[in-house]
Amino acid sequence: MRTLVIAEHSAGQLTAGTWSAVTAALALGAKTDLLVMGGVDASAVAQQAALAQGLDRVLLAQGAMFEHALAENVQPLITSLVAEGYTHVVADASSMGRNVLPRVAASLDVGMLSDVTHIVSADTFQRPIYAGNAIATVQSLDPIKLLTVRASAFAQALPHEHRCEVVAVEGGQSASNVRFVSEQLTASERPDLSSARVVVSGGRGMQSKENFALIERVADKLGGAVGASRAAVDSGFAPNDLQVGQTGKIVAPELYIAAGISGAIQHLAGMSGSKVIVAINQDAEAPIAQVADYMLVADLFEALPALEKAL
Amino acid sequence: MKVLVAVKRAIDPNVKVRVKADGSDVELNGVKMALNPFCEIAVEEAIRLKEKGLASEVVVVSVGTSAAQEQLRTALALGADRALLVETNALLEPLNVAKYLSKVIDQEQPQLILFGKQAIDQENNQVGQMVAQLIGSGQATYASAVNQVDGQWVVEREVDGGSQVVALAMPAVVTCDLRLNQPRYASLPNIMKAKKKPLEIIAADTLGASVKEHARLLGVVPPAVRKAGINVGSVAELVDKLKNVAGVI
Repeated sequence: MRTLVIAEHSAGQLTAGTWSAVTAALALGAKTDLLVMGGVDASAVAQQAALAQGLDRVLLAQGAMFEHALAENVQPLITSLVAEGYTHVVADASSMGRNVLPRVAASLDVGMLSDVTHIVSADTFQRPIYAGNAIATVQSLDPIKLLTVRASAFAQALPHEHRCEVVAVEGGQSASNVRFVSEQLTASERPDLSSARVVVSGGRGMQSKENFALIERVADKLGGAVGASRAAVDSGFAPNDLQVGQTGKIVAPELYIAAGISGAIQHLAGMSGSKVIVAINQDAEAPIAQVADYMLVADLFEALPALEKAL
Repeated sequence: MKVLVAVKRAIDPNVKVRVKADGSDVELNGVKMALNPFCEIAVEEAIRLKEKGLASEVVVVSVGTSAAQEQLRTALALGADRALLVETNALLEPLNVAKYLSKVIDQEQPQLILFGKQAIDQENNQVGQMVAQLIGSGQATYASAVNQVDGQWVVEREVDGGSQVVALAMPAVVTCDLRLNQPRYASLPNIMKAKKKPLEIIAADTLGASVKEHARLLGVVPPAVRKAGINVGSVAELVDKLKNVAGVI
């Protein structure tokens, strides 16, 4: 048995989800390597990754073709590495992991398990289905197990003082069927939504984009991230990538504050794993009340500024 | 040019599912089924491409039991030209579905294959990517805009932290995100017309796909129940509880 973790990085840092994926991988109980792919200089990221406790080796693949982690370009590399002797491949269920791993699975003629939340054994896993309304226990029958893991379900691996070995690997290709054109990333000083300790989310009840500043000010007081419901995103109050829910980000912070969010099934799927849930809503009967630990029935245009002041 | 759209019959998104008493699976008997919402977005996109003159024919395909004919008729009522059902009673494992679909793609030779980004029942988010690999085409997952420029599909993707644009050679696989469009409703005349549109049934085992069992469902349990919360009367009381009882701030 040997496990390969697919690392992800942005702005020269491993993502929080990668550290969680390492924890999940180590729970499989096999020797674990981590693959860092990047443009011309990903070696600093590889050196950082080599500090993760429990890793056997860090594999570093550098080249312009890896720049934006296009699935078509990275799949040949991952497939060839896995074919050399890995039994398990683990990646964060981020947009990158979900994009790439199914392609690898098809190339190896094996199935894949998405969004694993619990590792029962080396071949048996739990994952939520039906918007988190059921938890399935699934046994993989394939010789190679491919999993994406839900970052919020696993603690982040700890760094330690000894670096493991960093080994250069080659492979991959510049696929002719796809070309990167551009990207637009939302710059934010706030912590990453998926790994933040506190998340403050607004819904349709915020009424406007301008009013979302009330959410941001409470989030900043708590050192938290800002989230949004689908209704808030669709109304243009917040950008797409802040959406929490079945089709957005899945979060499980210590504290989740939902302001002006009714609590549709699809939203609950993204946050009901939070440790403490606070709902601020004018409607005492809103479905969010069924999962909230603390429900404040109030006008959020009064409650949010008061909360900001009280913190 | 031909656009193929893969669609799935799934539980209606507004239904609250229940786990069966014996823990073998969720209860689907007598439960309202529908076209998976992301597939609906894919169908809508194909029809819009046809309305813009960028597609000449929209073919919808589903893999599943004969009951999926209902969802194919829905897609036909929305504006698709014809439908194919790859009929099987087997459990729909993503790789097997992808293999059946890639055989259909070989026969149909579409220039664009549209998928929903995920089905809301099993939430795998895999089939589109697997098909792209099997047929050797480029993929754009989580699409929020699809355009055609100089003989390529230019697709904006929703990714963590923002958006990305990629250009794909034809044929290409695109999986649709929520923000791509707002699906239309089928009108009664179109529902009537859809009954006369061609719907071909293909027995799955005639496609020559090498399918096998990759995973076994051992059981299903409901998620842990959260203990009932309390109402707080004021912001001051809320802050006090968060500080002194929950200890999270």
